[in-house]
Amino acid sequence: MEKHDHVLVVFPHPDDEAFGVSGSIASFIQNGTPVTYMCLTLGEMGRNMGNPPFANRETLPLIRKKELTAACDVLGIKDVRMMGYRDKTIEFEDNALIAKQVTDVIDELKPTLVITFYPGYSVHPDHDSCGEAVIEAVRKLPESERPKVECVAFSNNCVEELGEADVSRDVSTVQDKKISTIEAHRSQTAGLIAGVKKRLKANEEELLNWLQKERFWTYKFD
Amino acid sequence: MDPIDTTKVQAVIERFVDKDVYIHLETTNGAYASHFNESFFSAGAYIRNGKIRYTRGKITGDEPYRVGLKMELGWIYAEGITHWELDGENRLLMAGYDKDGKLAVALQISETPFD
Ligand SMILES: [Zn+2]
Repeated sequence: MEKHDHVLVVFPHPDDEAFGVSGSIASFIQNGTPVTYMCLTLGEMGRNMGNPPFANRETLPLIRKKELTAACDVLGIKDVRMMGYRDKTIEFEDNALIAKQVTDVIDELKPTLVITFYPGYSVHPDHDSCGEAVIEAVRKLPESERPKVECVAFSNNCVEELGEADVSRDVSTVQDKKISTIEAHRSQTAGLIAGVKKRLKANEEELLNWLQKERFWTYKFD
Repeated sequence: MDPIDTTKVQAVIERFVDKDVYIHLETTNGAYASHFNESFFSAGAYIRNGKIRYTRGKITGDEPYRVGLKMELGWIYAEGITHWELDGENRLLMAGYDKDGKLAVALQISETPFD
């Protein structure tokens, strides 16, 4: 796997790092690369309250904060920055302000790789706006100083419009960590994880593919 | 949260009558509804810490329930309510969960602002 000095991950929701990204994060950390995670919100508006439910609208943020910490512990992320925004409001915030916060962290850490959502192809408005802020922050840097930006995209039209992902990482060696990370977000994933484990036992190909391969689109700034 | 007991919930609703209260009102299909089903028209609304005063309030219907609050100049109501809780801060939390256990609606009343 390619070597990076520092990886910066920027997502709006606790658990965004778990699906489709945690294998890459675990691999980087295992190779000695520090990973910093800026998480914009605490997922206050999550619709899942646990299965069976153990949260309510008011207790959910604190529960998800603990789950996020637990997920970071599983992955070995030592620097997680909870940015204090509110779930489902990112698109209404001053995007330039969020971009500025990302710029400050880039200046501080000099990451060689930034991972975020692909603006316009990431379904949830928070995802798209988060990606926009990160792209804006990196675009402002002189070309020679720009870290590589790998984007997650999963809208129904993403392959049609962006082409196939150009980065595909085999994360099968850290598969167990990935499952534990998803599991750490218990209030949101309890139902899902039971199904994952069952399908894993059956060696279902589609599931293994989902679990073991992580795909990203490298953002092109021209 | 517990399944609605209309007698208990009605009593709590009445505790807040004629007081300045803060309202959380939310309806949602989730941000992914139109992703999984492109023909689905996703709609929702959200108010947090709206400061209001109501002169009467009522829970009615039969699983799920409806709650209406009559204000001097208008109304607030929610439908699809299935669960409730009076939390440690004496806030009345009501919510409606769909068949998958996902929150679809919430109506909450408190004498102090929500965080
Ligand atoms: Zn998300």
